[in-house]
Amino acid sequence: MTENIIEIEDDSFEKIVLKSDKPVMVDFWAPWCGPCKAIAPTVEALEKEYGDRMTFAKVNVDENPISPSKFGVQAIPTLIFFKNGEIADQITGMVAKEKLEETIKGVL
Amino acid sequence: MTTVDYDLVIIGAGPAGLTAGLYAARARMNVLLLEKAVPGGQILITDWIENYPGFPEGISGYDLSEKMKRQAEDLGLKIETAEVHSLNLSEKVKQIILKDRTITCKSLIIASGASPRNLGIGEDKFFGKGVSFCATCDGPFFKEKTLVAVGGGDTAVQEAIFLTKFAQKVYLIHRRDELRAAKILQERAFENEKIEIVWDSVVTGVEGFFAVEGVRIKNLKTSEERTLKANGCFIWIGILPNTSFLNDSLKTDAYGFIVADSKMQTSVPGVYAAGDVRDTPLRQIATAVGDAAIAAVSAEHFIESL
Repeated sequence: MTENIIEIEDDSFEKIVLKSDKPVMVDFWAPWCGPCKAIAPTVEALEKEYGDRMTFAKVNVDENPISPSKFGVQAIPTLIFFKNGEIADQITGMVAKEKLEETIKGVL
Repeated sequence: MTTVDYDLVIIGAGPAGLTAGLYAARARMNVLLLEKAVPGGQILITDWIENYPGFPEGISGYDLSEKMKRQAEDLGLKIETAEVHSLNLSEKVKQIILKDRTITCKSLIIASGASPRNLGIGEDKFFGKGVSFCATCDGPFFKEKTLVAVGGGDTAVQEAIFLTKFAQKVYLIHRRDELRAAKILQERAFENEKIEIVWDSVVTGVEGFFAVEGVRIKNLKTSEERTLKANGCFIWIGILPNTSFLNDSLKTDAYGFIVADSKMQTSVPGVYAAGDVRDTPLRQIATAVGDAAIAAVSAEHFIESL
């Protein structure tokens, strides 16, 4: 796990995600989810490339049940892109690097 | 032969592709493995594997795929993330057309696997909102909820049992009056008090506003229809081959699975198929890795004969 990906909790969600000046990608994940672990290296690689323009964050849905339910997350991995406090885009399921990069570019 | 990029290209990094890569790397072939998403394939969405020998306590799909990947990469296998757009197999040198370039190879192993089949009743609008193919990803969102699972094979029965860890009740909808799953799984399902099997029935609709609220089912013997109140619908009714890039370049069966001989060679010499994408009587990790070992050695012999 890269230190540049910020761990968010229910309490800090609003401050870090919704009130951010930069767009934020939130990776909803859990330790029991294989596909979540499988896409983690892709997310980390893209953080290195786009981390200066977009905040990369993740929420452990096991420990933080409020945020996922607030945004209707019922499947993981789900990546939600927030811009100015609103959902700009969303990807559910395993995603290839190319698709994820396209989505990031679209949000920026 | 003119300059060719690779001796061997493998398409797909599930158990079959990773095993073929392992054998090819050990044979010191100039090999590339192409994966469109992330290595692992369907085993990534399998919560627990207990029919692959060597792991008496069982192993998670993710851990097994990581081990397979590491073993192949440690031996020098190169894995690249790229989706194959199409193939040109009409010449001696095979061409693999990607989005941004074309690569050439002397031989090819197709291990692109299969994907879960949809019900095809408009349930796709509830993907990520209660309709799912992955119990290990999405099951824990349904603590104390009621779920519907569809199917009667190994996957359906095993994953329905897994869902009872979270859900208060799981209806297992099956179109026949007996299950196809392995007997050990059937025994566990019958003993599980949270599972109610609905026989001779099919799903005809998924209902809900934002998310799944109910699943409509029909009894095939009586034609009676009713709606089960449920918060999720998990579908395991079989698979379809991942062969959109083939464009009729190889012989397939009626369902699109690639036909291969006992050496895993397809209708085109030097092109092999392994794992779930192949026309085979059984689709397991154990059979996929067996196919792949044969395919890799066949490819090696083929290249030597050129």
